[in-house]
Amino acid sequence: MSNFFPRWSNLLPLKLLVCLVFIVSGLVGGIWYYFTPKYTRVGYQPDQPVPFSHAIHVQQLGMDCRYCHSFVEVAGHSNIPTTQTCINCHGQGKIKWDSPRLAPVQESWKTGLPIPWVRIHKVPDYAYFNHAVHVNRGVSCYSCHGAINEMSIVYEAKPLSMAWCLECHRAPENFLRPPSEIYNMQWHPKSFDEQQEMGMKFKEEWQVNPPVTCGGCHR
Amino acid sequence: MLRYFFVGFSLLILLVVSITGLRGWKSKRPPIELFPDMVRQAKYKPQTESEFYADNRSARQPVEGTVPLGYASVSTSSSNGTMGDLGPYQNIQFTASSDYVATGRFGNQWGTGIPFEVTAAMMQRGRERYNITCAVCHGATGAGNGIASKYGLNGIANQQQQRIRDMADGEIFNTITWGKNTMMGYGSTIQVPDRWMIIAYLRALQRSQRTTWSDLPTEEQKNASSWK
Repeated sequence: MSNFFPRWSNLLPLKLLVCLVFIVSGLVGGIWYYFTPKYTRVGYQPDQPVPFSHAIHVQQLGMDCRYCHSFVEVAGHSNIPTTQTCINCHGQGKIKWDSPRLAPVQESWKTGLPIPWVRIHKVPDYAYFNHAVHVNRGVSCYSCHGAINEMSIVYEAKPLSMAWCLECHRAPENFLRPPSEIYNMQWHPKSFDEQQEMGMKFKEEWQVNPPVTCGGCHR
Repeated sequence: MLRYFFVGFSLLILLVVSITGLRGWKSKRPPIELFPDMVRQAKYKPQTESEFYADNRSARQPVEGTVPLGYASVSTSSSNGTMGDLGPYQNIQFTASSDYVATGRFGNQWGTGIPFEVTAAMMQRGRERYNITCAVCHGATGAGNGIASKYGLNGIANQQQQRIRDMADGEIFNTITWGKNTMMGYGSTIQVPDRWMIIAYLRALQRSQRTTWSDLPTEEQKNASSWK
């Protein structure tokens, strides 16, 4: 009767508990780390029909975002440029017309059918987003698209999750920029204090009052 | 026993990480939507694909002669063909109309003159628009030496030449709208009031390159004399 349980079993409950703690925290940690747009969305970099490089066009040539995305200031949707916008410079006898990389542009120009660009940045269909109100009130392209001027192939740099939107909607002073620097991807505040001071000023002057109620975006 | 568990546990973590990667790693795989309830709805958003129409476009071409809802005809804003005191942000931007503001012509003649009073703010707007759209080819001063010219785009007009100085504003307006020679039309990307503001700014650029001493304000003259 005395040795019904062997001696090693004394520590068994403790060991099992340790295992359980590790398994549960592993699961929780895994879900915390992976079940978020910070993992699922950030870094999405699909192949595009034309390997258009923002690094060349913006960084190297110094073009403004609005040459192509011409209606970002007046429309909710920031337009993907028409094929004609490419043809302005890459038309027959112009720059790199014969390049095989531009074949889909040529094709589209001949047939009149759009270039099938792959959309990267998507908010859910039940969330309303308007480009114009953001860029006209001191939110730079940079704030949501990251250093897109340095991307040879565009990828999603920010999670575009609700928590991420609210980071700015709750404290826009941390992100607002001078209106002259909205499309300047190389402008950065010198320090956080400077940013806050400037941000508070703009917030007051422009009466920036971003909605934090549900109906602000889910309308 | 616990040792085996830790080895197994570490291997499992390594396995998961090697399959799923870390946050921010580049991937061609479309993002997983964990709770897909109504995230993608059966509705068309701008510039999206459609399986219904033969050309796969959700956006349809307007029927010929259509005036978009909410867009007044330009000519209705004022009877004399000017835009009166309507600012650039009125909804009068895309309508094709037959008057001077929308065509640059009076009948068969090019008209000249900016069809609204040019203010400092409008010059600033013109400058901004010029630098966004025109300077890529024509250069910041209009000398035809924009960045595109350095990459082999030929036939860019030098806007400082006498021919363009003498050109009617209406003809320049027409060129911006419909293009000319190698230049494509920008009517679909630059709105009507902006085209006029660009012309106003272009005229200032032309003047800036042929400024005479007497054009300078007296204060500037004084400043400049002190440099001698």
